[in-house]
Amino acid sequence: MAEHTHTPVKPPFWNNPEIRAIAFQVIALAATVAFGYYLFENTQTNLRRLGIASGFDFLSSSSGFGILQSLIPYSETSSYGRVFWVALLNTLLVSALGIVLATLLGFIIGIARLSKNWLIAKLALAYIETFRNIPLLLQIFFWYFAVLRAVPSPRQSLSLGDVVFLNIRGLYLPAPQLQPGFGWVLTAFGLALVLVAILAHWSRRRQMETGQTFPALSASLALLLGLPLATFWLAGSPLVWQVPELRGFNFQGGLVIIPEMASLLLSLSIYTAAFIAEIVRAGIQAVSHGQTEASYSLGLNPTLTLRLIILPQALRVIIPPLTNQYLNLIKNSSLAAAIGYPDLVAAFAGTVLNQTGQAIECIAITMAVYLTISLLISLLMNAYNRRVALVER
Amino acid sequence: MNGRTLTTTLVTAVLLAAASGARAGTTLNTIKERGYVKCGVSDGLPGFSYTDEKGKFSGIDVDVCRAVAAAVFGDSTKVKFTPLTAKERFTALQTGEIDVLSRNSTWTSSRDSALGLNFTGVTYYDGQGFLVNKKLGVKSAKALDGATVCVQAGTTTELNLSDYFRAGKMKYTPITYDKSDESAKALEAGRCDVLTSDQSQLYAQRIKLAKPGDYIVLPEVISKEPLGPMVRHGDDDWFDIVKWTLFVMVDAEELGINSKNVEDMKKSTNPDVKRILGVEGDKGKDFGLANDWMAVVIKQVGNYGEIFDRNVGKGSDLQIERGLNALWSQGGLQYAPPVR
Amino acid sequence: MTDAHPSRPDLPPASAIGAFGWLRRNLFSSPFNIALTGLASYLLYLTVPHVLHWALLDATWSGDSREACQANGGACWVFIRANFEQFMYGFYPEAQRWRVDTALLLLILGAAPLFVRTVPNKFKVRWGLGLLLVYPLVAFVLFKGDLFGLRAVDTSRWGGLLLTLVIAGVGMTAALPLGILLALGRRSQMPAIQTLCMTFIELWRGVPLITVLFMSSVMLPLFLPVGVNFDKLLRALIGVTLFQSAYMAEVVRGGLQAIPKGQFEAAAALGLGYWKTMALIVLPQALKLVIPGIVNTFIALFKDTSLVLIIGLFDLMNTVHNATTNPAWLGFSTEGYVFAAAVYWLFCFGMSRYSQNLEKRLHTGHKR
Repeated sequence: MAEHTHTPVKPPFWNNPEIRAIAFQVIALAATVAFGYYLFENTQTNLRRLGIASGFDFLSSSSGFGILQSLIPYSETSSYGRVFWVALLNTLLVSALGIVLATLLGFIIGIARLSKNWLIAKLALAYIETFRNIPLLLQIFFWYFAVLRAVPSPRQSLSLGDVVFLNIRGLYLPAPQLQPGFGWVLTAFGLALVLVAILAHWSRRRQMETGQTFPALSASLALLLGLPLATFWLAGSPLVWQVPELRGFNFQGGLVIIPEMASLLLSLSIYTAAFIAEIVRAGIQAVSHGQTEASYSLGLNPTLTLRLIILPQALRVIIPPLTNQYLNLIKNSSLAAAIGYPDLVAAFAGTVLNQTGQAIECIAITMAVYLTISLLISLLMNAYNRRVALVER
Repeated sequence: MNGRTLTTTLVTAVLLAAASGARAGTTLNTIKERGYVKCGVSDGLPGFSYTDEKGKFSGIDVDVCRAVAAAVFGDSTKVKFTPLTAKERFTALQTGEIDVLSRNSTWTSSRDSALGLNFTGVTYYDGQGFLVNKKLGVKSAKALDGATVCVQAGTTTELNLSDYFRAGKMKYTPITYDKSDESAKALEAGRCDVLTSDQSQLYAQRIKLAKPGDYIVLPEVISKEPLGPMVRHGDDDWFDIVKWTLFVMVDAEELGINSKNVEDMKKSTNPDVKRILGVEGDKGKDFGLANDWMAVVIKQVGNYGEIFDRNVGKGSDLQIERGLNALWSQGGLQYAPPVR
Repeated sequence: MTDAHPSRPDLPPASAIGAFGWLRRNLFSSPFNIALTGLASYLLYLTVPHVLHWALLDATWSGDSREACQANGGACWVFIRANFEQFMYGFYPEAQRWRVDTALLLLILGAAPLFVRTVPNKFKVRWGLGLLLVYPLVAFVLFKGDLFGLRAVDTSRWGGLLLTLVIAGVGMTAALPLGILLALGRRSQMPAIQTLCMTFIELWRGVPLITVLFMSSVMLPLFLPVGVNFDKLLRALIGVTLFQSAYMAEVVRGGLQAIPKGQFEAAAALGLGYWKTMALIVLPQALKLVIPGIVNTFIALFKDTSLVLIIGLFDLMNTVHNATTNPAWLGFSTEGYVFAAAVYWLFCFGMSRYSQNLEKRLHTGHKR
């Protein structure tokens, strides 16, 4: 022991944690780079050996096939690049509608789950336990192949007042067609928005100063609806409805919601709503009961308590997992490929890949798009979270 | 051995250990070592490639695979079938997951070049047509303006369809599915007015419908669809074997050799017959195969006529006429170079 | 009741207790609630009898073809019965199906001790780990064959529930350890390791599983050297495992973050190295905390296995879907999907219930 105190033995360098850490990282990095290079080399060799074309030139050549649903002008002579945008917009459309529907349904079911009414609470529970334990793909198939295939053919369409038609080709709605004077209505709506903002500001200040409340919500609603409606009437109703009618094989004109989109939308929102409901329930339960009691003792009624005390606190817990569900919904919308809805995966990573044979480019672009959407939404939500986060004093 | 090669070797070694089979040398050698031919077929098309409840494959495309196995091993059962979707088929062949792709694929210039693949011949001369419900009252494809059309995604059919409607200044709504079964189901449910596909497929799909009699195939044929097996670029010997397996079956029909009389025919005095049955000359060596390989193919699988009749023709549910697929000597297009 | 003790004002009034009281409290407490109850009851009245009639009362249970179902209006469960074997085994050769059954039996026997409460925990852990290592090998040999005189059964013939369980099982057993490693990497002090793990995790979490499966089916082959190629099933398994491991990593990370710093310091004070600290001190606590999350990931994985349909593997989902297109059984898609849904539901619901149970049992005083 005595020798040790005099001449401390330096531990060998490979036992030095810092050196070890550096060595370990260098090895890991080197292995990753080597592996990446190895894959790259293989791919290059394979492409060359098989004579498969590569690069992104194909995006500008013309596609030559039709697409079922397109939000922007598209024809067979459009380029593959155009197909990409059509497909991306289809994905975004179904995702956006799905998010709105799933949120509405999810909040209703989540609150119902906490209802004091036994029957309602149990029904909500049954809903949640049923739908979140069945694969989404199965639900999509069920709606598409079992439900929407049982709808009659175009010539035997179900109709609602001869304006709305439902048949196996889709749900046909009258399409609004704007006439010249409609600009005034839009202007009136914009004006109403500005007025509402001013009103909200004024009523808040008045409440702060005098304690008097002003029914700002109902006044705003009246403004938002009343002003444009009045202008609409004054401008001579500058809007006509184009009613779909049966011509030849199909209904022509009007708006159509194709069954592919309908079943995708239904199953996406029903499935995601089950998860959102659980998130909402957990969020509301996370607000301690003391808050409710304190609010009641301050004299707030149940509605105000929910609006001013519970929801703002619950939302703080709800938002992060809710964002995750939104991301899941967007990613799940790719299951469209299974029923032929022309989304990004079906039309671009599917058809275009197949027509051009350029698997790597198509899959890479598709993955990059989903990654970008994910990262964008995460960034937005992080910013929002920072704003609503509890400020500790 | 420098660092990069070392890493590459190590990683390769690991991957090789996990992989199901490594290839050394030519395709033929690999197949012989492995003990069976890996053949890509369709995932469900009666008459061409179809699996019954027991998982047994049958069809023209399947018989081509069997014939290749018979040529290589003298045993038509030494083949493993991989059902592929339209989307997967070319990658599977390109990457060596299969040795031959026999999956009703149309011979086109881009597939023959840019994809790095070679067509070995034509097993079935086809053309794209339309299948409609009789109730629709349509007699000609020219009356299909505004129709909703079901079509398989990512096929030449999809492109022909758009060309045809564009040329006739007609409008249509395409509904695309990955599987032909789903298109047929959609037609039956009324999701679309018309199903378009190669005519042979239309007949095959029709017998799968609940009421086949309610549907008719329209007279128009809007494209040329020569269907045939494919192999990878880069191995001409293997290309030759697959190509000549097809030719032999056609030649056999022309010479009147079939699976039943092949033994008797060996006694024939016709030099053409003698050559093809391996009685005279050594036609096996040129291919790296057994000398009587052609005879074995005919014996175990049959000649082209037998295969056609058994799977899609008179001997099958499909009842398709020989038409373009009759021998050249009988007014068709099937013509094979001589074995010499 | 009220008459029985008129002189006892300390007892609640009869209207507040018993069945009547329960109804009043839980269903008819306010006009709004009465309206809700009425509405819900009406909805149930509209749907439940229909469903009951369809699924049970008017359903056909016996027979062997679609003709047997024509007479009754309800569900045709004959369809399920006729195809049941296929739904369970896919195209697995009939003569060899005993091998699948044996594997299942072995799994049940092997896992049984884990569910017996009297077995000591220490033994359970060792037994469980051993099972995790040995069972997959045994099952693989049984399924695949080509060894010990068993006939080889190609993976393309595996199907039905068997294939679903194989994918889910492999995914779970492989994704958990990989996920733990990734989570440790992401929490590591070494910036390079941390970045690598983070990139990996975020990359997989940012894309849909279907594109991963596409990638594994059409792109993976191009990444491999000339002549090397994987089985279709193996490729799907690689895709599923990598994808799930990223999700698993995030779950485990949550557990790691919840472990107080004192635990690490105490371990360091005892002279434990990194791996020992993690294996003996941190992970046992962290994993216990995230059991619900792990099981949720398992459930998600189990449901996600249905996506292999898109790359043409015949799992339960695809087998059922395929059977509904069989010309001999057209028009019974609802029955098929309901059956498949019931199977998936049983597994998922069972797993979630088991995890809740486990969570309760494992609470060793962490909760106040």
